[in-house]
Amino acid sequence: MSAIAAPATTSVPGRHLLQGSEAIAEAMVAAGCRFFAGYPMTPFTEVLEEMAKKLPTVGGVCMNAESELEAIGMAWGAAATGTPSATGSTGQGLSLMQESLAEITLARLPLVVLNMARAQGDYWQATRGGGHGDYRHLVLAPVDVTEAVELVQRAFHLAEVWRNPVLVLGDYYLAHTARAVDITPVDYGPRPPRDWALSGATGGSGAAKLVSFLGSAKQGDGVGYDLAVHYAACADHTEAMLRGVPPEAEEGYVEDADVVVVAFGTPGAYVRAAVRSLRADGVRVGWVRPVTLVPFPSDIVAAAARRASVVAVFENNAGQMLDDVRLAVLGEAPVEFIGGLSLDASGFGIAPMLDVSEVRRRILDVVGRRP
Amino acid sequence: MSDRSRIPLVPTGTPPSQPARLVDDFTPALVDVGAHHLCPGCGEPIAIRSLGEAIDEMALAQRTIAVFGIGCYTAFSNNLDVEVLQALHGRAPSVATGVKRCRPDSLVVTVQGDGDMVSEGLQEVLHAAARGESITCVMLNNGVFGETGGHMTATTVLGQRTKTSLEGRDPATHGRPILLADLVARLDGAGFVARCAVNSAGELARTHRALRRALETQLAGAGLSFVEILTMCPTGWFVETTEAPRYLAENLGSVHRAGVLKDVLAETDAAMR
Repeated sequence: MSAIAAPATTSVPGRHLLQGSEAIAEAMVAAGCRFFAGYPMTPFTEVLEEMAKKLPTVGGVCMNAESELEAIGMAWGAAATGTPSATGSTGQGLSLMQESLAEITLARLPLVVLNMARAQGDYWQATRGGGHGDYRHLVLAPVDVTEAVELVQRAFHLAEVWRNPVLVLGDYYLAHTARAVDITPVDYGPRPPRDWALSGATGGSGAAKLVSFLGSAKQGDGVGYDLAVHYAACADHTEAMLRGVPPEAEEGYVEDADVVVVAFGTPGAYVRAAVRSLRADGVRVGWVRPVTLVPFPSDIVAAAARRASVVAVFENNAGQMLDDVRLAVLGEAPVEFIGGLSLDASGFGIAPMLDVSEVRRRILDVVGRRP
Repeated sequence: MSDRSRIPLVPTGTPPSQPARLVDDFTPALVDVGAHHLCPGCGEPIAIRSLGEAIDEMALAQRTIAVFGIGCYTAFSNNLDVEVLQALHGRAPSVATGVKRCRPDSLVVTVQGDGDMVSEGLQEVLHAAARGESITCVMLNNGVFGETGGHMTATTVLGQRTKTSLEGRDPATHGRPILLADLVARLDGAGFVARCAVNSAGELARTHRALRRALETQLAGAGLSFVEILTMCPTGWFVETTEAPRYLAENLGSVHRAGVLKDVLAETDAAMR
């Protein structure tokens, strides 16, 4: 009867050469996703295409929504039935969804949201949110297709465990790079029962369920909602979630690095390659790549900064994660920005700056300026 | 208050002969708490009561998921004994779509006002109707934003005074009202479309029949069913409470005309005969 009951996954075991969008779609299906809604927009489009292809084969539903507003609305309704659900877009489409994203969080619903962004200008949108009120989303930023396959599955697990939206922040490179990946469903352990999910069955019982961003409980002896009580409970939940999810980062050569370079997502791969090549030349540099952007791995960045004389931040934007790095470092070391917005004529996020020799040059500039 | 002299006096000098007992609390079907904080003379509780009774009479309470928009009627979103999903202003049809696609056996009903459905979220109901989404959309139309205190909506009739059309809605400045039921009826995916009112017992009876028919349409999978219900808003219209039913008939009702605009089940029945 319900889409929830459908079996595991379409993927066949073993490694397959898949484009990022298809791998992400396969990972969502493997994680149990049975509802997806989206509105086409480059470079998110192919994820929607793949979900439209795959979900019906496992008893799920994919909706080509009439706008991003409706895509997030549909995903909201699906999530409220306890169906593992996802939606997504590109940053601009996410902007349209922000009102709903805020309220879905305050309604305590699990949802996975993909942002196949154009470059990295959506860091603030992803980590702070453009919506209203006190809410946070967990944010995961894969460096490549292989990591995305794991993080996308983890996103569904975290969303259910915390009953909170989880955002996966990717880009054009992630969506359009082909890699040999193995889509084996990952077991993250038990998930709490979906006893909050709506089915209609509790109607007429005197205790019919309510899923609302205005309050989680019906007023037994009165009418209306108590917003102060609800918002305070949501704030407690957010605090527990941010404390309960371990921050994660990949790092390299930080033990004796003079200059530590911080980068996330695709640029993190270029920084990693540049640092390795500089190390081969005997330059004492290291890197930290946050995998979870919320919660931000502040302790890992701070520890690396304490041993370094300079921390450099490389992002494909005008400097956004820079804020979080500064907050993490708290003056232990100077923080320099060595990124910048880099786009080719398409505007889709293909960055001429993403070139190992160019990244090497920018890091060496910092090394050279070091006192 | 000339009726006061006719109210019998209850003697209080002697204790009552029997203890107090509950004869009937008059709480309508599927309403948890009989009280609400809406204004005296408001038509929305009447419409919601009729909807609850229709669901109850058709024994559908244990299959129903109601999706509420934002307006005065949101007071009922945590006061009903059916499962409720609270949606944002303007967004109930897409949210209901997600619910119905994942729970095709459930009865999904949206409740929105004219500000919610026609002003803020017009495209949602049109797309849902075009898709033939198997949901029932109820629009409580009082021609004003009641909750904010009487401002112009997309259904406010020409000449109607609101806080944002002080001299009356003027087509040159404010444009003309959208007659939503007429618009929805033109979409092929809509299976039942009616416009009704709650300003008299007769109109309420017709509203109740339309709501039942709308639910039947959903059960039959015959497309989106849409019931627009004209409701009184004396506060937002700046008229006396007792004047509101007549004001509705003369102003809102003369533009947003009541009637069944489309009934696919009846057309099918007729074709079968």
